[in-house]
Amino acid sequence: MTAFSTLLYKELLRFWKVAFQTVLAPVITAMLYLLIFSHVLEERVQVYPGISYTTFLVPGLIMMSMLQNAFANSSSSLIQSKITGNIVFVLVAPLSYLEFFSAYMLASVIRGLVVGIGVGLVTVWFTELPLLHPVWLIFFTALSTGILAALGIVAGMWAEKFDQLAAFQNFLIMPLTFLSGVFYSIHSLPDFWQAASHWNPVFYMIDGFRWGFFGLSDIPPATSLLVVAVCFVAISGFTLLLLKRGYKLRH
Amino acid sequence: MSAAIRVQGLVKQFRQVRALNDIDLEIKQGEFFGLLGPNGAGKTTLISILAGLTHATHGKAEIMGFDVARDYRRSRRALGMVPQELVYDPFFTARETLRLQSGYFGIRKNDDWIDHILDHLGLTEHADKNMRTLSGGMKRRVLVAQALVHKPPVIVLDEPTAGVDVDLRQTLWEFIRSLNREGHTVVLTTHYLEEAETLCERIAMLKQGRVVALDSTRNLLSRRHEHQACLTLDGMPPAELGLKTGAGGTWVYVFQEYAQLEPMLAAIRKAGLTVQEMQLAEPDLEDVFTEIIRNS
Repeated sequence: MTAFSTLLYKELLRFWKVAFQTVLAPVITAMLYLLIFSHVLEERVQVYPGISYTTFLVPGLIMMSMLQNAFANSSSSLIQSKITGNIVFVLVAPLSYLEFFSAYMLASVIRGLVVGIGVGLVTVWFTELPLLHPVWLIFFTALSTGILAALGIVAGMWAEKFDQLAAFQNFLIMPLTFLSGVFYSIHSLPDFWQAASHWNPVFYMIDGFRWGFFGLSDIPPATSLLVVAVCFVAISGFTLLLLKRGYKLRH
Repeated sequence: MSAAIRVQGLVKQFRQVRALNDIDLEIKQGEFFGLLGPNGAGKTTLISILAGLTHATHGKAEIMGFDVARDYRRSRRALGMVPQELVYDPFFTARETLRLQSGYFGIRKNDDWIDHILDHLGLTEHADKNMRTLSGGMKRRVLVAQALVHKPPVIVLDEPTAGVDVDLRQTLWEFIRSLNREGHTVVLTTHYLEEAETLCERIAMLKQGRVVALDSTRNLLSRRHEHQACLTLDGMPPAELGLKTGAGGTWVYVFQEYAQLEPMLAAIRKAGLTVQEMQLAEPDLEDVFTEIIRNS
């Protein structure tokens, strides 16, 4: 095993050992959202013609769950290792910052994917999803979870206490994911909030991902993919720079 | 042959605090070396720079000839470090922890060596228990084992016996000594100076980020020439003998040369007193340490 594959394996094992909390719980949460929102809004809201509200909701819920869990994986792993001190085992090893980044990111992307598949499987009971552009789905999934995984690494490095990480999660990640069009189309919003939504990168992730299923979206999918790809490159570059400097890891 | 550890002009500045102030140090391969100093002297900072956990502000540090910054992969492979803090990953068993640590160093199929370390550190029966469930002493043993999984030529132990029982100390030192006999360089920091005195061939003493003494243990001990005789007498000695009061009603005679002892005993006899019991005390590392740290 190489250093990279060991760190990746350790990160995967870490979340898999507590899969009740890291996989099952978010799947149940997504199912509850689906139960409640679809029950309340199914008869009242139709976003796209010919697509029921429940069907509309499912891709957004899958993506939102993937994003939140990709972020949670890298950020919680890092802060736990920092606070308990066992990060030292990785820091004394002959690992490059690139290997460190790749292992944490890939493990987080995989956790996001596992949760996303879990949510997708559960929603089979509620609705039948079309799948028009699977290759686009793969791109949007990989890049979007990658962005949140990198953000999780940054948050995990920056935070010195659990409440700082919770603030990052509650005041940045949650609003960005909830106000991204998971539960609605931005065309139903007032002009100001429509314009504001265009500054939220998560909106492009959700909208592009939804296009992969329905072939329908609020903005052209190529634009969304471009925005997501640029964000991925930018946040990855920023994270690599911090890791190279050993920001709050190597003093 | 390159030095096991070479440090030149090493400086570490933490905002207002200069933790290391122009340290020069060379530790030869195969040495059992002690790094002593009061709390805050810079020992852990120095070790952290060697292990790559801390960046030096100035100067350079090498492990087995490999620069810890430029050639960090090879320098880290050459070093096994036991951290001072009792840290562990609560998700894994002791054996999983050691397998993962082997993997971080790019070593596959390390089970034979892992079993060997587990056995020599008395961990075999605890190998498959979760780290959370192990006692403090057992966790400390796993930390030592982690530092050894990649068979590093240089082993640095940062206060490995702090707060652990006698059994672990003996097991640990027996194993570390055997590794030293096989050619591993061992660097030890400890507050138990008798351990350093017994184990280390050479010692560096640090104070406020500077090396204030660097010599063989024997030479350091010989710096202090005072001996002490602790006497139990059957009466009060005359003041002109110059004996100091000791613990438990004893009297202490401090002298430089053993030749001074017999005249004192003769003077005691002449004063009509009998020596009922006598204990001689040699200067130990603690005396030397206290004197050097106080005077530097």
